[in-house]
Amino acid sequence: MSDRTADATRAVEPEPARTRPDVHVAREAASGDAPRISPPPDPDRPAVFDLRNISVYYDAVPAVRDMTFPVFQREITALIGPSGCGKSTLIRCLNRMNDLIPAARVEGEVIYHGQNLYDPEIDPVEVRKRIGMVFQKPNPFPKSIYDNVAFGPRVIGMKGDMDEIVERAIRGAALWDEVKDRLKTNAYGMSGGQQQRLCIARALATEPDVILMDEPCSALDPISTARIEDLMLELKSTYSIVIVTHNMQQAARVSDMTAFFTVELDEGEKHRTGRVVEYAPTDKIFTNPADKRTEDYVTGKVG
Amino acid sequence: MPAAGPDRELMQATDASALSQPAVRPLGRARPRWGERAIQGLLFLCAAVSVVTTVCIVVALVEPTISFFGEVPIGDFLFGTEWAPLFSPPSFGVLPLITATLTTTFVALCVCIPAGLGAAIYLSEYAHPRARKVLKPVLEILAGIPTVVYGFFALTFLTPLLQDVWPGFLGDPPQIFNMLAAGLVMGVMILPTVASLSEDALTAVPQALREGAYGMGASKMQVATRIVVPAALSGIVASFVLGISRAVGETMIVLVAAGGTPNLSFIPTEPGQTMTAFIAAAGIGDQPTGSVGYKTLFAVGSTLFVATLLMNVLSIRLVRKYREVYE
Amino acid sequence: MSTVDAPIGRGPQSDRVKGTLFRLALLSSLALGLITLIALLADVVISGAARLNGDLLTNFPSGIPENAGAQSAIFGTIWVIGLTGLMCIPVGVGAAIYLEEYADRERWWNRAIELNIQNLAAVPSIVYGILGLAFLVRGAFGLGQVVLAGAMTLALLVLPIVIIASREAIRAVPPSIREGSMALGATKWQTIRRQVLPGAIPGIATGSILALSRAIGEAAPLVLLGALTFITFNPEGLDSAFTVLPIQIFNWISRPQEEFQTLAAAAIVVLLVILLTMNAAAILLRNRYQRKW
Repeated sequence: MSDRTADATRAVEPEPARTRPDVHVAREAASGDAPRISPPPDPDRPAVFDLRNISVYYDAVPAVRDMTFPVFQREITALIGPSGCGKSTLIRCLNRMNDLIPAARVEGEVIYHGQNLYDPEIDPVEVRKRIGMVFQKPNPFPKSIYDNVAFGPRVIGMKGDMDEIVERAIRGAALWDEVKDRLKTNAYGMSGGQQQRLCIARALATEPDVILMDEPCSALDPISTARIEDLMLELKSTYSIVIVTHNMQQAARVSDMTAFFTVELDEGEKHRTGRVVEYAPTDKIFTNPADKRTEDYVTGKVG
Repeated sequence: MPAAGPDRELMQATDASALSQPAVRPLGRARPRWGERAIQGLLFLCAAVSVVTTVCIVVALVEPTISFFGEVPIGDFLFGTEWAPLFSPPSFGVLPLITATLTTTFVALCVCIPAGLGAAIYLSEYAHPRARKVLKPVLEILAGIPTVVYGFFALTFLTPLLQDVWPGFLGDPPQIFNMLAAGLVMGVMILPTVASLSEDALTAVPQALREGAYGMGASKMQVATRIVVPAALSGIVASFVLGISRAVGETMIVLVAAGGTPNLSFIPTEPGQTMTAFIAAAGIGDQPTGSVGYKTLFAVGSTLFVATLLMNVLSIRLVRKYREVYE
Repeated sequence: MSTVDAPIGRGPQSDRVKGTLFRLALLSSLALGLITLIALLADVVISGAARLNGDLLTNFPSGIPENAGAQSAIFGTIWVIGLTGLMCIPVGVGAAIYLEEYADRERWWNRAIELNIQNLAAVPSIVYGILGLAFLVRGAFGLGQVVLAGAMTLALLVLPIVIIASREAIRAVPPSIREGSMALGATKWQTIRRQVLPGAIPGIATGSILALSRAIGEAAPLVLLGALTFITFNPEGLDSAFTVLPIQIFNWISRPQEEFQTLAAAAIVVLLVILLTMNAAAILLRNRYQRKW
């Protein structure tokens, strides 16, 4: 083999995960920050988000650092990785929900259709009108099904026939047939899976173009989970979806792109910071990951 | 090589819908939401009312008190044994008011501390949940009865009763106005306060502590008295301190049942005028603003306020202490 | 050894006796309260039975016991409590919203406000009377011995109760509801007005009723405000002299004649009935509408 190939092979061979933090730091410095993706601008594959050096600090402790990657439009992007590596923190950056936590500070930029979401001139309330969110534990309001879905349009002042808006949103969440006769009943009377689909309908009602889902199925049974996964695949044609999930198989089933997160100790071995190790099409992540840490995770060698 | 961008061959052209996508509206600029800010300001003012109240109380008390001590030497006030501010010549010794306050408070504590703690221990450690549902409302009702009603009860029911059953060896029977009846009824009135706060403290003790003791073969009484009560001690003491504060600050019961004659004595069967009763009486007397009689009201009021303030702060700190430990 | 083989017995009798006695002692504490309550109610009802008739409600106070009634006191109570509620409930709920939703707990002045409210809840009621006398009746406001001054004083007295109860009710609304609302693009006030407050209303209502029940029974502060004069008319306006039921009761108790004691007892029964109704309403509200989040 020529030297060049040997070099390439050596470069490809992943470093074994080390416990000496200084080596990690050195390696990070050597290989650059978390995968810097700069796809050539491709009109056939526009990005809805372009994250640039996003870091989140809780009281000066970094929870995630230097996240830089694009999220593509009308695709499902999955964020996977073990617990505590910043996936939820990151997804909450995309709709400025971290603003609600006084101790949190966000640095970096999130470019959304040409605007930086964290520009001081941008109103976070406006951001959330365009980027919807579904939470891990279904959190319907203690109101009727109708009022739950109508709440968003009402508060943002959407014009139009409310009945139509509500019906469209509930249909979009594949829930209409089950609730059309009981729209005025209390939302708490529904099952967990139905409540979560109601929360999805609620998010759809404000006509966002992105839906963020933070472990939407982790509190649900397998049948409800399957229905919501089917729903996600349907929604993909209209909305861009980012999903955080603990369930690797779920990511493999539904997502187009997958980002694998891990957690690293800092220099003093005191703080844990989340990092993106690898970001690639889902097939590649699961069949031929480039980084050993990814491979260990997706094959179940580490939790 | 480190994970790079998506492989070109895997990049799929999105379907035609991408081309029919409508132009994206830019996000709105952050505009100062004046309505929200106004509301926040209004709500802050509401919260500030409480601060203004305290400031006003202090101002209302301090100014006449200082003026009072300009005319009456503080030594005379604190150590004098005659309280006759409206006589000529007036005497301003506050000790009779203090002895009456102490006597009635002491009698009340003799009732409310053991009974309040006992009720709390029973409710927390012994009572069946169904029994609790009946017993707790009884305590709530006791707490809700107006104090003037308690005063009436002490004067018209308890005093005659005490007079009837009074054993000879205890000396003279209680007079029509006496501090004993007032103190006893006050004790029952304060019982729910002590019981409820102590019960909170007792139920905050983790079940694991009890189970550890039961597991060693301790009896219910031993668990209650040697494990749970000591663990809840700061909360229990807080309830006692609050009880004392309420006893010291109570007006109507003593006004009705203990009489209006200042009496430098600790004998409960005699009448007495507490600090609070004096303030009420002075208020009824409608003293002209700025007169010495008017100012005595504030001087005694300051004494009362300072005493209860110290006890309240102590009680709050004790509660915080046990909350920190268990919550 | 032999102790392991010995059968498990019932334990020494002395221990069991001690345990039973202890339990009885605890129960007697509760019995004390219960017996006192029963005795009090019986005493009041029996003493006042003779005058528990329509006259009590239709007549005005008079020096002649046969002619005396409590109408002015009853109407005075309605006026004063109505005004008190109008003042203390909005301010109390507003303060609770501020403290729970807007105030940064780390700031010292917010913690001072909280400590201050806890303290005010325990200040003797007569001190509030002093406050009212110094600032409202005389002094800065100079309103005189009128309904408005009485209502303001009582409002300040029970404000901490409203604040504390409302804060608990607001705190009980789970954060997930707020997050869900904000994530849809609602502003903070929209979230509070449309999600948090509606969810907290049962608790706020219960707390408000309890605060007003406390206010109805208060006499000491109003004594200082001059409500003890001989009032033979119903209040005609905010600047009208007034009396309230507890004060009228006190007035009658202070008179030597036996008939006035009977009147006092009868008026006490009326007062207790009003209080019982209010507390029953509060409990009903709590049981029916209290949301288990």
